[in-house]
Amino acid sequence: MAIDLEKTSETAAAETEPRSPARRGTSRRRRLLKHALLIAFGFVMLYPLLWMLSSSIKPSELIFREPSLIPSAFDFSNYVTGWNALAHPFHRYLLNSGVIVAASVIGNLLTCSMAAYAFARLEFRGKKVFFAVMLATVMLPIHVVIVPQYILFSQLDWINTYYPLIVPKFLATDAFFIFLMVQFIRSLPRELDDAARIDGCGHLRIYWRVIMPLCTPALATTAIFTFIWVWNDFFSQLIFITDPDMYTVPVALRTFVDSQGESAWGPLFAMSMVALGPIFGFFLAGQRYLVRGIATTGIK
Amino acid sequence: MAETTQHADTERAGEPGTGQRKSPPRPRGQLAKREGRAAYFFLAPWFVGIGLITIGPILGSLYLSFTDYSLLSSPEWIGLDNFQRMLEDERLHNSLRVTFTYVFVSVPLQLALALALAFFLDKGVRGLSLYRSVYYLPSLLGSSVAIAILWRQIFGTEGLVNQLLALVGIQGQGWVSHPDHALSTLVVLNVWTFGSPMVIFLAGLRQIPTMYYEAADVDGANGFTKFWRITIPLLTPIIFFNLVLQIIGAFQTFTQAFIVSGGSGGPADSTLFYTLYIYQRGFGSFEMGYASALAWFLLVVIAGFTAVNFWAAKRWVHYGD
Repeated sequence: MAIDLEKTSETAAAETEPRSPARRGTSRRRRLLKHALLIAFGFVMLYPLLWMLSSSIKPSELIFREPSLIPSAFDFSNYVTGWNALAHPFHRYLLNSGVIVAASVIGNLLTCSMAAYAFARLEFRGKKVFFAVMLATVMLPIHVVIVPQYILFSQLDWINTYYPLIVPKFLATDAFFIFLMVQFIRSLPRELDDAARIDGCGHLRIYWRVIMPLCTPALATTAIFTFIWVWNDFFSQLIFITDPDMYTVPVALRTFVDSQGESAWGPLFAMSMVALGPIFGFFLAGQRYLVRGIATTGIK
Repeated sequence: MAETTQHADTERAGEPGTGQRKSPPRPRGQLAKREGRAAYFFLAPWFVGIGLITIGPILGSLYLSFTDYSLLSSPEWIGLDNFQRMLEDERLHNSLRVTFTYVFVSVPLQLALALALAFFLDKGVRGLSLYRSVYYLPSLLGSSVAIAILWRQIFGTEGLVNQLLALVGIQGQGWVSHPDHALSTLVVLNVWTFGSPMVIFLAGLRQIPTMYYEAADVDGANGFTKFWRITIPLLTPIIFFNLVLQIIGAFQTFTQAFIVSGGSGGPADSTLFYTLYIYQRGFGSFEMGYASALAWFLLVVIAGFTAVNFWAAKRWVHYGD
């Protein structure tokens, strides 16, 4: 499942090496032109993000006057103002989101891998049907189930708690990750299981001691994507959390827009940068897994 | 290395178990029983989840779609009234128009850009992984509230776009506040997140054996012919995969429209996405029965689209031999 993207790109690069001195000039110029285009395009793509970063450290009145990325004056007070603009200081919301994200990651890692082990390695009655059902739910829009879920959770008195956001993750409801791990486990040699079984291991041990340690890349992909999805998730947090004490980062940001409107772009951008911070961090730390995960399963 | 086969697995998601490798001989008797028990143990959380969080609510939604329910009193059976109402609901029709326009415009643009960039990058560029990461980053951020806030400013009256236009002497306007342009700004946002299909295209391009191109070189084919006759046909499974995935994703757009329009779907309902309308009916005015009917219709539309996609795929997707 691991495609060696880097290696193939090197060999491909080697093919474009110039063959004769006469052609060296043109091909070199062409290569430079190509890089110039790619860099220019990347810059255009990232420009909004860079601009937001730069606006977050500009005095508010300059945001509307200079489109340039390098501020003519610095003003870090946007971060202070934004941090304290709502009922609670912003770290409260970061913490709330953090709790939900951490629990979701643990839940997904544990229960999705358990289900994946059963689908990939065990034989049981109804396996094909269950597997089909699992695959079918990969694409199920949350909007279809949200109303009955809301009713269910409100009858359990779970509205304005984090249970509606966390408990489903402990029930393997993110089928994408089950699928990802099934694919991965199938690529592991079965001889390992057999050897462990001869040594007297039961399925629980094979799962925990043999398969899970070998699944690290798939588990990492799951963890990173769960983190990013849950951190970004707005819809279910908007619906299940209405108490300002319980707000998560996206819901708090939205309240910020509503309460301050267009008048406080500086602080708003500052807090947006704070909200994006963990994703940037994970992106930098987990690029390899991210790209591999997306190439394998097409998750966003 | 079997990337394409894995994609093929996903594409045939409808057929149970097609992706499975040959399973070992079934253990019999006692052993089989024990294995079965172990399997049910490992699947226990999933069973509970699929029942309570997924299938139960789907059926609940179906039932509620035939009722009038505001959470305060128990659901009242009203038969097909909700569906009758859907036929006459102008805002609903408008939200369908908005959503379809968005899907039909932004998905092809996004995929075309993704394919073009993937093709360009596949030709052997030093620093490929850096470019790939840079182009991919927006895909991770695109659905966040923070980016929607950014978009609202960028395309606002005093926003970045108008500042840049002013530099070249063009008088801009409030893009997100104009009914004719608000949806386009969301299309731009979706196209901006072309990185994830691009990465999948790149992986797909890697799977095309170079010998095809070498053979074409011998025959004197030019670059365009090679692209059109070799690359595209061999890439059709990946194009199909991306198409299905992006269409389903685009139908579910919510956050961006909600933030950019302040939850209203405005101006003049021009960004009233279908999911936003479900939210307004269900959680704005607590018409849970009607919202359920709407949600079920969405499920039918998405399933229908996916089915048509698979049906049409037979005519243009090549799975090798």
